[in-house]
Amino acid sequence: MTKVAMTLNGKKVTADVEDRTLLVHYIREAQGLTGTHVGCDTSQCGACVVHVNGRAVKSCTMLAAQASNAEVLTVEGLANGAELHPVQAAFREHHGLQCGFCTPGMIMTAVDMIQRHGGNLDEKTIRHELEGNICRCTGYHNIVKAIKAAADQMSALQTAAE
Amino acid sequence: MYETNYHRASSVEEAGKLFTGSEDAKYLGGGQTLIPTMKQRLAAPVDLVDLGGIDDLKGIAEDSGALRIGAGTTHYDVATSDVVKRLIPGLAHLAACIGDPAVRHMGTMGGSIANNDPAADYPSALVALGATVTTSTRELSAEEFFTGMFETALEEDEIVIAVSFPVPEKSAYSKYPNPASRYAMAGVFVAKTKDGSVRVAATGAGQDGVFRIAAMEQALAETWSADAVAGISVDAGDLLSDIHGTAEYRANLVTVMAKRAVAAAG
Ligand SMILES: Cc1cc2nc3c(=O)[nH]c(=O)nc-3n(C[C@H](O)[C@H](O)[C@H](O)COP(=O)(O)OP(=O)(O)OC[C@H]3O[C@@H](n4cnc5c(N)ncnc54)[C@H](O)[C@@H]3O)c2cc1C
Ligand code: FES
Ligand code: FES
Repeated sequence: MTKVAMTLNGKKVTADVEDRTLLVHYIREAQGLTGTHVGCDTSQCGACVVHVNGRAVKSCTMLAAQASNAEVLTVEGLANGAELHPVQAAFREHHGLQCGFCTPGMIMTAVDMIQRHGGNLDEKTIRHELEGNICRCTGYHNIVKAIKAAADQMSALQTAAE
Repeated sequence: MYETNYHRASSVEEAGKLFTGSEDAKYLGGGQTLIPTMKQRLAAPVDLVDLGGIDDLKGIAEDSGALRIGAGTTHYDVATSDVVKRLIPGLAHLAACIGDPAVRHMGTMGGSIANNDPAADYPSALVALGATVTTSTRELSAEEFFTGMFETALEEDEIVIAVSFPVPEKSAYSKYPNPASRYAMAGVFVAKTKDGSVRVAATGAGQDGVFRIAAMEQALAETWSADAVAGISVDAGDLLSDIHGTAEYRANLVTVMAKRAVAAAG
């Protein structure tokens, strides 16, 4: 057992877990945040994507101990109180989900790609960036639309603020 | 996953000590191969020695005509590095084609070459660019380092420290990814060195992992053009044949990828 401490969605948390505990299980079971999903056992589906120190990673492919003392952001940490994050709002607006199982990972991947590319996101780039996220319902079109809309909106807001 | 004991090393020496002090240890790089393998219970080390906290293994630097990349540097950092894009754009492009963004954020060059998956991308770049691998005990040429499918010259406790790439005149990589896994079905790296010699290395297709294609190297040394390699095919007898594609299909892909790589290098 190891004591693993980290900052999770801005809050300092700690838990005693087995060394083999995956980050996703630490988040879901030790911390009770079940927004982060597990959709496969081959590191391919992306339902488990969270941000560790500002970068999107698959939390099923990292030990909790590796994230010791890191800043971790999950889908629960995106909204500002009752106000949805622009990417969450765009997924709702553009019908970017059906069953919703892949959605937390899609949204965390989308937020990461918008942070890296700013407003320069075209459809081709979005589709390439989504290679690690699998959705079995939507056929991706509306997910791509939602991400494009959120990216455009977020860069417009940023330009207005400057 | 079976039980394991996690250790985070802060230096190469400490990592080596932790490793030799264990009856059955494995180094952990970015974990993008080792953790899935442990989840499948195909690996079950008693001790895991995490190299992720060792600063000496990270970083990219220009060093007298060569580009030195620390073994712990992530695929993402190679793909987006201004120095790599300026000196060896083919290498930056290769790194940008590995897996997906989340895999690139964690996976490292050292982990990829130590694993030497026959479908991994980096081995082709190391061989075609004539890179040198620095380990905790010695220096090896890329061709000495890669010894076969999932096999390298590394001793059990030996750590990859860095890879040094001589800066070529031009180079490029072209890959046909497996549509599901994104690993290479065939990937070809072509490089023309500053003294005019040419090296061509293919990954994803060979039964023994990465291999050079001498006939293409000769043809390109005479005429650097995609047409020069269009008529050259590799022997399907030495290639992988599996549910993803037959050896004949892969042989064809190798020629097509070589043509595209030469065209991309310009
Ligand atoms: C969904 C998915 C898609 C992928 N697609 C691709 C792809 O398209 N192309 C591709 O090339 N790869 C792909 N990969 C593999 C990825 O590139 C891995 O990052 C890489 O193979 C291993 O690097 P790592 O740092 O994660 O190493 P780890 O998984 O931590 O380690 C791998 C092996 O190397 C050893 N090791 C690690 N670092 C060192 C070191 N410094 N010295 C000595 N030994 C060391 C470990 O002990 C272990 O045996 C993919 C992986 C996933 C999960
Ligand atoms: S659960 Fe992590 S990639 Fe599928
Ligand atoms: S909405 Fe059902 S898996 Fe994507």
